[in-house]
Amino acid sequence: MSEAQATAPVVQLRGVGKTFALGDDSTVALNDINLDIDRGEFVSLIGPSGCGKSTLLRTIGDLIEPSEGTVQVNAKTAKRARLDREYGMVFQAPVLFDWRTVEENVQLPLELFGQNRAARTQRAVEMLELVGLSDFARHHPYQLSGGMQQRVAIARALAFSPDLLLMDEPFGALDEMTRERMNSELLAIWERTGITVVFVTHSIPEAVFLSSRVAVMSARPGRITHLIEVDLERPRGLATRESPRYFELITTVREALRTGEGRADDMSTSTERTAAEGGIG
Amino acid sequence: MRRAAGAIRRYAPAIVLFVLLIGAWEAGVRALGVRGFILPAPSAIGTALLDNWDSGYQIFPAARVTLYEALGGLAMGTSLGLAVAFVVSRFPTSRDAILPVAVAVNAIPIIAFAPLANNWFGIQSPISKMAVAASLVFFPIMINTLRGLTQVEPSAIELMRSYAAGDNSVTRHLRIPNALPFFFTGLKIATTLALIGAVVGEYFGGLNVALGRVVVGSASALRFDITWSAIVVVSVMGIVMYLAVLAIEQLAIPWHPSVRGERAS
Repeated sequence: MSEAQATAPVVQLRGVGKTFALGDDSTVALNDINLDIDRGEFVSLIGPSGCGKSTLLRTIGDLIEPSEGTVQVNAKTAKRARLDREYGMVFQAPVLFDWRTVEENVQLPLELFGQNRAARTQRAVEMLELVGLSDFARHHPYQLSGGMQQRVAIARALAFSPDLLLMDEPFGALDEMTRERMNSELLAIWERTGITVVFVTHSIPEAVFLSSRVAVMSARPGRITHLIEVDLERPRGLATRESPRYFELITTVREALRTGEGRADDMSTSTERTAAEGGIG
Repeated sequence: MRRAAGAIRRYAPAIVLFVLLIGAWEAGVRALGVRGFILPAPSAIGTALLDNWDSGYQIFPAARVTLYEALGGLAMGTSLGLAVAFVVSRFPTSRDAILPVAVAVNAIPIIAFAPLANNWFGIQSPISKMAVAASLVFFPIMINTLRGLTQVEPSAIELMRSYAAGDNSVTRHLRIPNALPFFFTGLKIATTLALIGAVVGEYFGGLNVALGRVVVGSASALRFDITWSAIVVVSVMGIVMYLAVLAIEQLAIPWHPSVRGERAS
């Protein structure tokens, strides 16, 4: 990695907009998004359904091309970054291939990148250990629970050591208890690997618990209305979820979401202050 | 072993029903005194089959010829169906050109095509019967495989894109495995169609040692017990081919819900 890349933000969004044309109609999915995400940050995108948070994540990953503005990942265009395999992607569904065993699923990107079998096998062993699934290497995905499948998807996304992890509501389909456990495991992985994470969710507690910053979005057109710093101590765990500051921040995000809906009467001074503190990058 | 025992338990009702139907047929024909040229008893069909196994109508050599033609047609139709499915899935713009033609070809009545095939490929050549079988096999293979190649989860495509995987990689690692269950569905339909095609092709002429010719010859001689025994042999061949495909499917896609034996919830 060059010096410029080491100091540049991992993700840099400048005036990003996206308009979807549907016949004669067109929908503005994203409007004038500006955001810098630094190395090692954990940033959540939160907002109501249809606010464009998944679209924004996909423009960072070059799965959707923005209509306006620029997206840079590691000081390259998003497309260059994708072709250089700079990021791993985790979807709401695990998207595992049933015809492959768990370890073969984790090896999929390595196989596509032309790594030899020995290196692949070794890496899959390490990754499955990281997500605590070593005993299930030879199983097929359908033999695992939803939470375990999603851990395989995370292991697969991390297998080729990308700089950036893009996660699109990865725990949205899990029950609350599994989700909380997965949150803690994800944080442990994040701390061990130092990877930069962009995380789409519609769960306020999840966003607060995980993130270093929460970007609150509003719909029609999708834009970032608030950027909230989450100053909870790390490492975070059960105690975090019971701390007063955690609940304060949850309230802050909730109110930010409500003002984002454009109800002026709900605008409270506390959210205004938070928005100012957060400072849009 | 446990698997075999399970299979027997699972199919026991079907076997019992089958035996009962045959028994009722035999008893009914005898009790009502139905004449042999209207409906022969199962025992008469069995006797006719044994009497004409190697000699007379030579049902066994005829079955080998018909099986050979059906398998040849199955191979030809499957290859063509797969090839077209791959081309159409790989070049989506070709879809609008190729699919209507394929549908039109599929709509040609097989009865009309058989004499043409005999004329084109030689009435005595097995190729003419294979062509009839292949024309029946082509469509279910093509349309099922095409669906499997194209009906891929969008997020799986996104995943492959995030790995900067090219079209060839996507086809190899995603589309082909995804299409296998669909292909086998088509192949199961195709086995029976291949036999029908071969018999229909024979029906319109060719060497006399062939089941389609046995049907024509015995029926015109009013030896319906032999006609029936030829039908039984065709059915048994169809069942065996179907079971063979089933066995290959179990080996090829053990991961698929239809093979794992899970019911959709």
